[in-house]
Amino acid sequence: MRRNLVRALTGVAVAAALIGTAACAPSDKSGDNGDGKSCTYKIAMMGPITGDNAGLGKPILQAVQLAVEKHNSAHADKCVTLEQADDKGDSSVAPGLAQGLVANASVLGVVGPAFSGPTSATGSIFEGGKLPIISASATRPDLSTKGWTTFHRSLGNDASQGPAVGKFIKESLKASKVFVIDDTSDYGTGLSEESKKALGSAVVGYEQIQPKQTDFSAVVAKVKTAAPDVVFFAGYYAEGGPLAKQIKGTGIKTTFVGPDGIKDQGFITGAADAAEGSIVTCPCIPAEKATGTFAADYKARFKEDAGTYAAEAFDAANVFLDGITSGVTDRAKMLDFVNKYDKDGVSKHIKFDAHGEIAADQIVIWTYDVKGGQIIAREPIK
Amino acid sequence: MNYFSDRWHDLLPNLGDLVVAGLTQGAIYALIALGYTLVYGVLQLINFAHSEVFLVGTYASIIVWGWIGYAAGDGNPVPALGTVILLLGAGTIAASLVSGGTAVLIERVAYAPLRRKNAPRLIFLITAIGASVAISELVGELTNRRPWGVPLLVEPKTQFVIDPGMSINPAPVTNLQIGIVLSAIVMWFLLDTFLNRSRFGLGIRAVAQNEDTAALMGVNKDRVIMLTFLLGGLAAGVAATLYNLKIGTISFNIGFLLGLKAFTAAVLGGIGNLRGALVGGLVLGLVENLGAGFFGNKWIDVVAFVILVIVLMFRPTGILGDSLGRARA
Repeated sequence: MRRNLVRALTGVAVAAALIGTAACAPSDKSGDNGDGKSCTYKIAMMGPITGDNAGLGKPILQAVQLAVEKHNSAHADKCVTLEQADDKGDSSVAPGLAQGLVANASVLGVVGPAFSGPTSATGSIFEGGKLPIISASATRPDLSTKGWTTFHRSLGNDASQGPAVGKFIKESLKASKVFVIDDTSDYGTGLSEESKKALGSAVVGYEQIQPKQTDFSAVVAKVKTAAPDVVFFAGYYAEGGPLAKQIKGTGIKTTFVGPDGIKDQGFITGAADAAEGSIVTCPCIPAEKATGTFAADYKARFKEDAGTYAAEAFDAANVFLDGITSGVTDRAKMLDFVNKYDKDGVSKHIKFDAHGEIAADQIVIWTYDVKGGQIIAREPIK
Repeated sequence: MNYFSDRWHDLLPNLGDLVVAGLTQGAIYALIALGYTLVYGVLQLINFAHSEVFLVGTYASIIVWGWIGYAAGDGNPVPALGTVILLLGAGTIAASLVSGGTAVLIERVAYAPLRRKNAPRLIFLITAIGASVAISELVGELTNRRPWGVPLLVEPKTQFVIDPGMSINPAPVTNLQIGIVLSAIVMWFLLDTFLNRSRFGLGIRAVAQNEDTAALMGVNKDRVIMLTFLLGGLAAGVAATLYNLKIGTISFNIGFLLGLKAFTAAVLGGIGNLRGALVGGLVLGLVENLGAGFFGNKWIDVVAFVILVIVLMFRPTGILGDSLGRARA
């Protein structure tokens, strides 16, 4: 009897372990390929589908899925399969996945990698395989100047976000004392450098936190001593939520400002009441401002509003899909097609310069308010 | 030279705040370290799954608070004192029961079958790591890998201010910080008394000294081991509730680093020794925060482990030595 109980419980534990490992195993499941028949070509989505910051990967994945499904219903003869590469937002996981994609000759384009760290770690692998990539969210400035001809991104980078943040904090928020914190990631350090340059003498303090850190007492003590008007945190929501909460806990009056990395509901669930009144900046347009029926289509398909970078990812996927529609059959032709692309997307006009960047006049940095537990569009920074 | 005077200049104004914050953080390490040390004292097993025993406790207290009607972000005002005591009581009991239950479950499912087969020690260690990953991933799946906020139950209110003068800023000490440090000391005291004064405690110490002899003297070894896991789980549950109040956000992966730190605290103080866990926790919290204040926060983990290595070089059994069964029996 007792032995049976133990056996049953062991079974439960084993099942739990299997569910756990299934969730963290590199996912190479194929997405919807129309009516189930196998398609000749694939495009891939690479980003965090599981892991600490999976919330930021989900809208990107779903937007790409939406684009592929639309393409497949319109061009059944040139159908495309979506390949999911789950890098967890982790630079050490990404290279292996990138090699897998490069080795798979039917993959003609990659939407991603989503985060700057993994992009930095895989750029040369994609370059070696001549596999064109369009990231819808990696914003570290120097990604486009490493000589990778295959690299493109469908949004502005932190060389525009950083100065815009500085301008916004100084002019709109009228802050004279700013404390800058970053998370030591490729993305966070790039952004904090750019914003510190723009803020100049307004920076009264600078600290770095560690990914996965939960207790920020030492940083909070410094913030308290500096008593800034604004705390700008360059990092992701997993750390941003608790950091905002602990800063608010000291009772000092300061406005918490963070970038696209905290623009996720996870920031609000993590910071709870302390999130209220925070401001988020992002080189992404609010979904409801995207042109055409994108926001409505997305909501109809996934029963939720399009999240951060969904519109940008939809545009990136459509560049590759348009290429396949127009008869592209290999990577060299795809790269050529992407470089010559010149068409309106739902987020902006998509045309890449020689470095794979969007034209400066197309880039708009938006600000968002955290109000009533929601992230609500505030205004573009002009 | 210039580097150090700059750093010193950074540290000095915050010294008071950092000491208070360090002791508070250290108290939470100490509570978790009690669990590591108890199990190690009896079984010489490093129960790496103990960090997840703590993790499920943090979720249990938040869920119970939600049932009572206090959830994060619903705009509830901070409740009155009577309600707070009720909520804290309910949260602590729920966290302790769930943590204790999880600890016993892990023991029954993962370790007991191995012990029956006389498996080598390494196998236990791997099993512990496996259990830890499985539970953490399961929680991650169930919570969609999003962090959870904790409702504001205790408004941190300054009780008194330590003003050391010189160029050190006065450091306010809040009710919450006092409560956390006191809880750790009380919990240690209760466990210590239980081990040294009660019949069950005698049984635990007997098994810690020599399992086989204890069995010959009529001690039920399996029951004693389960009890040990249960006690560690209860302490972790208390830690989980206090962690919720202090940090205010939890996520499926918080256990790993915290568990590593608590284990470090246990080794630092002398693993197998309850008083060592308390001292180790407080020392680690202090050293970490002062180190972060001096070198910058990004060195916080480096400082912790460098101190561990230095202490172990001079005192291989930790600050107070290892002595659950041996020295004080």
